[in-house]
Amino acid sequence: MTTATESILKQILESSTPAYFDKGNEARKKAFAQLSEIGLPTSKSEEYRFTPITKALEKRFTWTSSSPASEAISIDSFLPAIGDTHLIVFTNGRFAKHLSKLDGLESNVVVSTFEDADLKTKSVIQSLLGTISKTEDPFAAMNSAFYQEGIFIHVPANIQVAKPILVLHINDAQAKQVIAHTRLLVSIEKGSDLSIIEKSDSLGTQPCLHTFTEEMIVAESATLDYCKIQNDSGSTHQVSNTFITQADNSRVNTFTLTLNGQIIRNNLTIQINGEQCESHFNGLYLVNGNTLVDNHTVVDHQKPNSFSNEMYKGIMDDQAKGVFNGKIYVRPHAQKTNAFQSNRNILMSESATINTKPQLEIWADDVKCSHGCTTGQLDEEALFYLQARGIPYASAKAMLLYAFALDVLTVIKNENLKAHLDQLISERLHKNF
Amino acid sequence: MSKDNQVLEEFTSKEYEHGWNVNLEADEAPKGLSEDTVRFISAKKNEPAWLLEWRLKAYRQWEKMAEPTWANVHHPQINYQDIIYYSAPKQKKSISGLDEVDPELIKTFEKLGISITEQKRLTGVAVDAVIDSVSVATTFKETLGELGIIFCSFSEAVKEHPELIKKYLGSVVPMNDNYFAALNSAVFSDGSFCYIPKGVRCPMELSTYFRINAANTGQFERTLIIADEGSYVSYLEGCTAPMRDENQLHAAVVELYAMKDAEIKYSTVQNWYPGDKNGKGGIYNFVTKRGLCFGDHSKISWTQVETGSAITWKYPSCVLKGDYSMGEFYSVAVTNNYQQADTGTKMIHIGKNTKSRIVSKGISAGKSQNSYRGQVHIMKRASNARNFSQCDSLLMGDQCGAHTFPYIDVENQTARIEHEATTSKIGEDQIFYCLQRGIDEEAAVALIVNGYAKEVLNQLPMEFAVEAQKLLALTLEGSVG
Repeated sequence: MTTATESILKQILESSTPAYFDKGNEARKKAFAQLSEIGLPTSKSEEYRFTPITKALEKRFTWTSSSPASEAISIDSFLPAIGDTHLIVFTNGRFAKHLSKLDGLESNVVVSTFEDADLKTKSVIQSLLGTISKTEDPFAAMNSAFYQEGIFIHVPANIQVAKPILVLHINDAQAKQVIAHTRLLVSIEKGSDLSIIEKSDSLGTQPCLHTFTEEMIVAESATLDYCKIQNDSGSTHQVSNTFITQADNSRVNTFTLTLNGQIIRNNLTIQINGEQCESHFNGLYLVNGNTLVDNHTVVDHQKPNSFSNEMYKGIMDDQAKGVFNGKIYVRPHAQKTNAFQSNRNILMSESATINTKPQLEIWADDVKCSHGCTTGQLDEEALFYLQARGIPYASAKAMLLYAFALDVLTVIKNENLKAHLDQLISERLHKNF
Repeated sequence: MSKDNQVLEEFTSKEYEHGWNVNLEADEAPKGLSEDTVRFISAKKNEPAWLLEWRLKAYRQWEKMAEPTWANVHHPQINYQDIIYYSAPKQKKSISGLDEVDPELIKTFEKLGISITEQKRLTGVAVDAVIDSVSVATTFKETLGELGIIFCSFSEAVKEHPELIKKYLGSVVPMNDNYFAALNSAVFSDGSFCYIPKGVRCPMELSTYFRINAANTGQFERTLIIADEGSYVSYLEGCTAPMRDENQLHAAVVELYAMKDAEIKYSTVQNWYPGDKNGKGGIYNFVTKRGLCFGDHSKISWTQVETGSAITWKYPSCVLKGDYSMGEFYSVAVTNNYQQADTGTKMIHIGKNTKSRIVSKGISAGKSQNSYRGQVHIMKRASNARNFSQCDSLLMGDQCGAHTFPYIDVENQTARIEHEATTSKIGEDQIFYCLQRGIDEEAAVALIVNGYAKEVLNQLPMEFAVEAQKLLALTLEGSVG
């Protein structure tokens, strides 16, 4: 372990309330032991080669006290215009009950914090929590050791949850730094459908660190739509570890949109643990300034006859850095797997960089797998064509970028959400690029 | 499917055809590695003091380094003290003609079908034959000499052209570049040296056949090729090794240096002993190959056909320093049984308007693991860089693995990078199509695989293309996807 890690760990440990470990929570103790063992990543760590998050933590944060609980924040300006939704609000990593809106849920659908759950639910949480997540990532281990709040969403068999559930994270770093560790545990049982939209925003310019560990268990013939919108302030550091596991005939569509932040790291792991599964995961990062966005995705085909398709696109301007690593594993016996991946990038400035590593690991012979990856800039001729027709340079550029970016939205089924994202992307491209 | 399994079985149980062992009375260094070993090797070769110093410096650096573990290969820990670092075939007096060469050696070549005399007469290829680390015969030297081309063993070059060696040794692969390069720098036994003067187009393919021959001998070759302004050279390297039970370590270093407008084409056919069908024995091939396109408009092209070795760890790279320079990498890597290959390339774009092209074809069968690992790095000042990479994998049977690890790092907005990779098997429809036309299954597989690898095989010089196609067909005899 490096000295940096050591001192940070020591500070974290000293700053955390004893309550974390007093409750006899073996999982937390184990995760903490693991974190102490693996340490925080350095530039030598293969998985964090281009993402100097430990340095940032060292430089910008003090680990003296845990963040204050929710304050009076108005959430109206953060609500996306996507029609009627159920609403779960977190402020500074704590569940804000008074801001949330959970009435009108289908009967038997449970949405509850881990703490407030009734006894029966608590035992379900106990039996599911940590079963599909791994703590090999230092921040997953950190989260598992220190999470302040967790939400459990349970959809029993054969229920189509009509309205999407919006999970809104607001971190208020106006006066003080914020350190938040939150969890989400979702279980969708046989034949059910659920759509989750997660949005994170932050206020102020003080440093903010938010780690997420999210576990989503999608049972047989169930469907999960999951959309993540990251639009934080320029001092936010985020590491999310999202684990999704799929059983036979299930469908999963995920979309990750990153617009802002300081260092944003998304680890998305999809385990295809059943046959005839379908999995689409798309992502788009439109970043400028000093933002670093790092998407690490893993799709692990463990059973035969499934399909996965991944498409991540990115536009980097100013000093922004993009990092992409997409792993496709096809295990022995996962025959007849079709797995596709593509990563396309546009660099807009001299100082923008992209480090991409698409990775295929195949142990079965009767499969179709491919990945493609490109990096380039806007076509001069296309720009000229538009300008020759009287379209100003800036609009022409935005138009072309918009056309480049747009097809990642094909994975979104909710029309309201699609329109909202479309507008968000278009505005961003016109304004900032 | 049972018939498929049966043919697969047959194919996977095929023993190495070039397995035999000629008893040459070797002149060996004592086992183990220390400063004394380095001094012994240097003394044995009558080297000047500066080279000994260079070796010792490398050795001291190596001592401080750790063996890399990032490659996707698994093997028992190598005991570096259990290896003999120098072994020379008995060769007391210096020779002027082939008739003076040890008849045992001549027999060795004849068994391999690469008899020097025959090569000399029929193909016009100048062969610098290396058996266990010491060059024993160099042909066509005079013809090349007339053009000012220097093509000789490394030790000879140290004696006769020390100024060139001093200047370029380690200029492309620094002695402390990596663990195995440092090891090689300390104990390299011999190798080839080649210098093409300004404006000369080398009239023939230069070629070296490597053999590893005495038990427990690591072979540490060192090759240095310098192409001066406006020159051109095509260099061939090919190898077969006798059957052996213990793993043998091979850590070679190849340095290519291309000046303004120069072009170097380097082709390899590697067919060392891959171990038996249970994965016992075989060569560990940990090689550092790198070319530097130093001058503007220079070009380096690597072509490799890798069918042998138990473990291959090899990344022929191009550093594109000169503006408008160009790097190419064409590779076919076949693994079978328990073979493991982790191979690929690095294209480092430094100069403006540089171009690179990567075509890699992996074929894995049996219980083997085949990895492509490559990097395309566009540095900040490398504007208008262009790269195209394609790496395809073909799997035969359901117990092997194919892996792709491409790293693409772009720091300049004007770069245009394309990378694509696919994984597939030989389609039943393709086999069926051939069967319909009266082509039997084996021939069909050979046909399809040859077609699959064509893009790379086409890059090989004539003399090698034949050998490579034969090798592919031989390795894949009886296999059905």
